[in-house]
Amino acid sequence: MSAALVASAVAARDPALQRRWLALLAAAVVLWPLLVLAEFQPWTLFDARSLRVTGRFLAQFVPPRHDAEFLALLACETWRTVAIATAGMALAGLIALPLALAMTERLSVSAVGGRMARGPAWLRQAVRACTVVLRSVPELVWALVFVRVVGLGPTAGVLAIAIAYGGMLAKVWAEILESADAAPAQALLGHGAGRLQTGLYAALPASAHELASYTVYRWECAIRSSVVLGFVGAGGLGQQLDNAAKLFAGGEVSAILLVFMALVALSDRVSAWIRRGLA
Amino acid sequence: MSPAPQPLPPRPPHSRALPALGLALLALVGASFWSLSLRWADFLGPQALGQMGHFLAGFFPPETSGPFLRKTGWAALETLAMSLIGTGLAAAVGLLLALPASLSGGALATLLHAAARAVLNLLRSVPELVWASLLLVSAGLGPLPGTLALALHTTGVLGRLLAEALENVPPEPAQVLRSRGAGVVPVFLFATLPQVSAQWLAYSLYRWENNIRAAAVLGVVGAGGLGQMLSFHLGLFQMREACTVLLAMIGLVALVDALSAWLRRGA
Amino acid sequence: MSLSAPVVVELGGLQVAPMPGAAPVLKGLDLRLTAGEQVAVIGASGAGKTTLLLALAGMLRPSAGRLALFGQEPWTLGTAARQRQRARALLAPQVPPLPPRQRVVTAVLAARLPQMSLWASLRTLWTPRVADAERVQRALVALDLPDKLWLRVDRLSGGERQRVGLARLLVADVDLWLVDEPLSALDPARAELVMRQLTETARAEGRTLVCSLHQVEVARRCFARTVALREGRVVYDGPSSGLDDARLQALYGGALFASPATPVAESLPAAAPLPQAMCR
Repeated sequence: MSAALVASAVAARDPALQRRWLALLAAAVVLWPLLVLAEFQPWTLFDARSLRVTGRFLAQFVPPRHDAEFLALLACETWRTVAIATAGMALAGLIALPLALAMTERLSVSAVGGRMARGPAWLRQAVRACTVVLRSVPELVWALVFVRVVGLGPTAGVLAIAIAYGGMLAKVWAEILESADAAPAQALLGHGAGRLQTGLYAALPASAHELASYTVYRWECAIRSSVVLGFVGAGGLGQQLDNAAKLFAGGEVSAILLVFMALVALSDRVSAWIRRGLA
Repeated sequence: MSPAPQPLPPRPPHSRALPALGLALLALVGASFWSLSLRWADFLGPQALGQMGHFLAGFFPPETSGPFLRKTGWAALETLAMSLIGTGLAAAVGLLLALPASLSGGALATLLHAAARAVLNLLRSVPELVWASLLLVSAGLGPLPGTLALALHTTGVLGRLLAEALENVPPEPAQVLRSRGAGVVPVFLFATLPQVSAQWLAYSLYRWENNIRAAAVLGVVGAGGLGQMLSFHLGLFQMREACTVLLAMIGLVALVDALSAWLRRGA
Repeated sequence: MSLSAPVVVELGGLQVAPMPGAAPVLKGLDLRLTAGEQVAVIGASGAGKTTLLLALAGMLRPSAGRLALFGQEPWTLGTAARQRQRARALLAPQVPPLPPRQRVVTAVLAARLPQMSLWASLRTLWTPRVADAERVQRALVALDLPDKLWLRVDRLSGGERQRVGLARLLVADVDLWLVDEPLSALDPARAELVMRQLTETARAEGRTLVCSLHQVEVARRCFARTVALREGRVVYDGPSSGLDDARLQALYGGALFASPATPVAESLPAAAPLPQAMCR
């Protein structure tokens, strides 16, 4: 290798260098306004007043409040949280089933051996758009709205979970149905069977295990959502936590947090066990 | 002409597990509905439906006056900033915590591994909203507790994902460098990190999509951004303003989803 | 072939593509079948046998030419009328379209869905009616699957699954049977049994049977009429006795006896010679 070639290669610019400088500059230019917008001043956590309040709050964490009356209340609220999640998921399943069957291409008669006709394709797109709207609004927002309509209490929480998770389940169920083999459904539709019959005899049985597994996983997420919904008045552990934090009652907060983490771990275990049993 | 009855083979004994599980789930669902004493009449009765229709109609048309749109715009930017900084912090701290969480071999390494995993699990199991409500105690109202809450929760999520990725990384590149005598930090930077950097970026972008939704709602507890505006206006039954904020939320989420997908595809 | 029997299938210059926009696999096909006829369709892989059967089932839209089933052109009908017409034929594909975790009895009874009300089909998912279960068992016994009624489809071998797919034909009450390579996963003895059952039952019940086959020997022995396809066109349509080896050589130049078509899940035996005493 001639020394001249090596020298000329080194003297040439690193092709990535210019891009990297530009990216760094862009990040710096964007970063400063972002930090200002988000009022990102973490040092305020450590000023005298804040430290005093935090210290007192944290000191009350140990020991967590454990008198019998409070623990009974927590047990009741834990059940309520699970009940809201379960009832919400049951309703979500009822909403999602017709939506998923309407969205999926598996049950399209016009798609048997050809391209789906325009009318049915538009209908499926419309149903899909509906579920996108149901999914994009966070369940907390749904809960906020429902609390205005039906008042405080578990009804708002159940409805919020039902609608948000209904949209989510519908989308994933349709995807699961479409990832399975199309032959059984095509054979039945091509033989003249009805759409619902084909769904029950060909589309759902081929995907039943995956559908059930995903639904159980979502139930676990619904329990966490249910706790969060308590912050807007839907009851359960979340509401207790909100009240306790607002009153700076550190002992109650730590007790509720411990119960919450135990609930999450337990539901994780139960969900894994159920999904193993379904296999 | 009905053919002679055909003898059928015996049914095989079916497992008891599946029907038992089904019954248990049904019992759980039934108990849930019963114990909650839901007020069905409150939202299914004709009066209730009429009320809901009237309520929903109050959302339209959304409020579009100049000053309000400007306020919504600023709140949207604040929410965006919260999500970006929170996710960025989490990506950095998550990587730092993933290092001890992926160690193996030797007593010290196992101890560090267990401790790091415990911390990450703790951060991960507590939802962002709960973190935010706790941080409000120290930080007061505003976007700061929201940003920190996002950062804390996402650190747990990203840290765990990265720890698993680091554990699955092929060890040969690092072994080669170490056998040449390179120090621990350079080995990590030049051999291990490049192998997971693509995944790191992808996971972080995916979490950003989730965090923009979370940031939007954190404001409900007072953590600033669009959520705080929504809670405020809904509380005052100012439906048209609330509608504008909701539309801004949906638009912001769609924007971030698109950006994240574009960046993940490779810009 | 009775001249007064109604025409079941009438194809004129039929062109069919496997997917919309693709090149046509059938390039101008003429065919006429009357009720009760039994026809074998032979041809090399890619000649269009499966496409022809799909078109006859009303599942593929022709790109050109005339396709009339039971006296009506299916693609001029509305969706509901076309579904009713499709219910009068049943296609048994080469790879049986059975959901893996379903029980054999349910998988076979699915062929009767067009005749079942929604309530009856729901009830059958729970447990089949005794009359229906007996009907399925008769079909399974005829195809040498006497103890498979309550088993799951994925517990069966490839050959057993293929026979379960054919059992659908015996159970459904349809006028037109379309069978795509029914012997690809079967050993010679079972293949003989299956062909005998199909042809005899079709004859006894007055069904029209169209069967695509790779084994020319079987076509010659079991079917009175054979249609030979090559590259999407009919090159022979007449008595199977007229298809001696010399004729076949002239038609296909040896290309017919290439490797077998796409096999069912298990590995296939090579095209073994079938016993003489078959399909009386």
